[in-house]
Amino acid sequence: MKHTSKLADIALLVGFAIVVALGPVIFTPIGAGYPDLLQKFAIYGIFAIGFNILFGLTGYLSFGHAAFLGVGSYAAVWSFKLLSMDLLPAVAFSVILAGLLALAIGFISLRRSGIYFSILTLAFAQMCYNMAYSVLTPITNGETGLRVLRQDPRHLDAMLGYVSPTPSLLGLPITGWTGFYICGAVLVAAFGVSIAIFRSPFGMTLRAIKSNQNRMGYTGYHTRPYLLSAFVISGMFAGLAGALLAATDPLVGAERMQWTASGEVVLMTILGGSGTLLGPVLGTGLIKYFENIFSAYNEQQLQLIFAFLPDAVRDGVVKTASLFVGEGWQLTLGLLFMAVVCFLPGGIMEGINRLLGLKHTPKVKSLGDSPQRDGLGEMVIEEMPPSHGASEAEKKAAENKAAEKKRAVAP
Amino acid sequence: MTATNNIVLHIDHVHKTFAGLHALADVNLDIREGETHAIIGPNGAGKSTLLNVCVGVLPPTQGKVMFHGTELTGLRPYEINQLGVARVFQTPEIFGDLTVLENVMMAMLSHRDGAFRLKLVSRFDEQGEIGQRAIQALRERGLGEHLYHLGGALSRGDKRRLEMVIGLVQKPKLLLLDEPTAGMARADTNATIDILRQIKDSGMTIVIIEHDMHVVFSLADRITVLAGGRVIAQGVPDEIKGNPKVIEAYLGEEQV
Repeated sequence: MKHTSKLADIALLVGFAIVVALGPVIFTPIGAGYPDLLQKFAIYGIFAIGFNILFGLTGYLSFGHAAFLGVGSYAAVWSFKLLSMDLLPAVAFSVILAGLLALAIGFISLRRSGIYFSILTLAFAQMCYNMAYSVLTPITNGETGLRVLRQDPRHLDAMLGYVSPTPSLLGLPITGWTGFYICGAVLVAAFGVSIAIFRSPFGMTLRAIKSNQNRMGYTGYHTRPYLLSAFVISGMFAGLAGALLAATDPLVGAERMQWTASGEVVLMTILGGSGTLLGPVLGTGLIKYFENIFSAYNEQQLQLIFAFLPDAVRDGVVKTASLFVGEGWQLTLGLLFMAVVCFLPGGIMEGINRLLGLKHTPKVKSLGDSPQRDGLGEMVIEEMPPSHGASEAEKKAAENKAAEKKRAVAP
Repeated sequence: MTATNNIVLHIDHVHKTFAGLHALADVNLDIREGETHAIIGPNGAGKSTLLNVCVGVLPPTQGKVMFHGTELTGLRPYEINQLGVARVFQTPEIFGDLTVLENVMMAMLSHRDGAFRLKLVSRFDEQGEIGQRAIQALRERGLGEHLYHLGGALSRGDKRRLEMVIGLVQKPKLLLLDEPTAGMARADTNATIDILRQIKDSGMTIVIIEHDMHVVFSLADRITVLAGGRVIAQGVPDEIKGNPKVIEAYLGEEQV
């Protein structure tokens, strides 16, 4: 696996930007070519890209990332209420606040790894969720949800004499196709940042932590600040996504922080391929597509689709199929997720790489190098006290055998 | 022999107790600059415990370890590594999911940038200065054809060689080798001895834990013999060979 060249990375980013720009054309044939849905693709794509920087690179599975999304949303709405209807201060405010929350949660959660880390992040996110409904009601407006009101002060706007009924970016309304292209541009920028991080010393350090954290200490790395940085960066991405979400849908409720939302981004990343650049975006697209398209089907539409079947068969088919659409879209998603995890543990990206023949299987030169022999050889040799005469002989025999095998297989 | 009288590592009255078991009892040991010092002893003598105390994995129950005048006790492994102590493991501990080249680049990066430095945008690949030096180092040690293979896919012998490269590119002031030839065939052992001799001749201070007496007597300037957690003998190889206590405790079975 050679490192990709700078040129290839630029090509990837440009290609990605072109696909986003042509989104309306590409997604229309599959019924997803309308701005609200594409906007969701873009926003959750940013969320997943950020999540992937933590989970994909370090292997630390945060189960509470929706907390940062939610905090980003609340921060953005407060910015719309108090400062300005413009997106820029809202984004700045959201990203900083989400980053600070990530710093606090990460500082504590990263004292543990593995399942304990996941549980800690989950606990913190659920705390945020419950606090949004209870003690923080003055800030979050509880179950009613926080919304932008006409009579809000908006000090910055008042000073500049600028009036905008809806959130906007430098005068551009964040609705319809303009809204999609604003979110799409941010998605492309986020993707670019993600490429840069993947190729940087920081990115390789995170991958090394995932591979063998123990070894990192003996190699001279203080791993905790690296992990915390990754956690904060991915929290900031979530805050950014939260701000965009608030801008496109300015009624913010606490359900954005619920654990199901945290779980969704995990699914998106794994489905697409964690640790890959494109995977999280693909996974997001797929899940949001299922959520919006499959859930919209009903029995009448299925009757039409299967109209070509004879009546007797059709009823059965429609009955069965209707379990998987409409309310049951998550059943389809669950089956798909199971299939991917079982057959393509590397997610959709692994499937794509296999199809393109890009997947590098570790190059094993001879049978003597195979992991099986390795494991066996290690056991035979290391469990014997080498100072003991009899075992010394056995050990030699084992070595000879191994050497022979090597010789026999080598060309 | 390039040894001077500067003390690199000073192990001072170190005790280590595990739930009442005395793994190390009052161990005193000075490693001089430029020497190759072998620590030998039967199984359970406390060799590995001593090494673990030196690199900060285990805190000593009593006593202290000084490295160039800095106390290592209480420091964490990464701090000890940053001071210039590199450890080469007995069972290879490499980054299995990183390529061979990346393994070495990681070692060079922490040597250059320290324990933590946030570099988010600069590219880090084989084109860069570290990448080029890493390729060079790997070619010199015969791993040139494996540059882009995953560390985990290497054969055991190549993993060991990679371990050694990782240790050496950090230009340590002290190299700790944990049984570098355990489980090797005689031919491989001899090749390893040749490599170690080159490293030794470059002036590196080396502490080596080893079972194989052939390796020990080919390389060591001085030898410390541990038995039951105590130092029972210390001296140049000839003194150790003739020491009746050592023969009784250890060498007798080996028929050197």
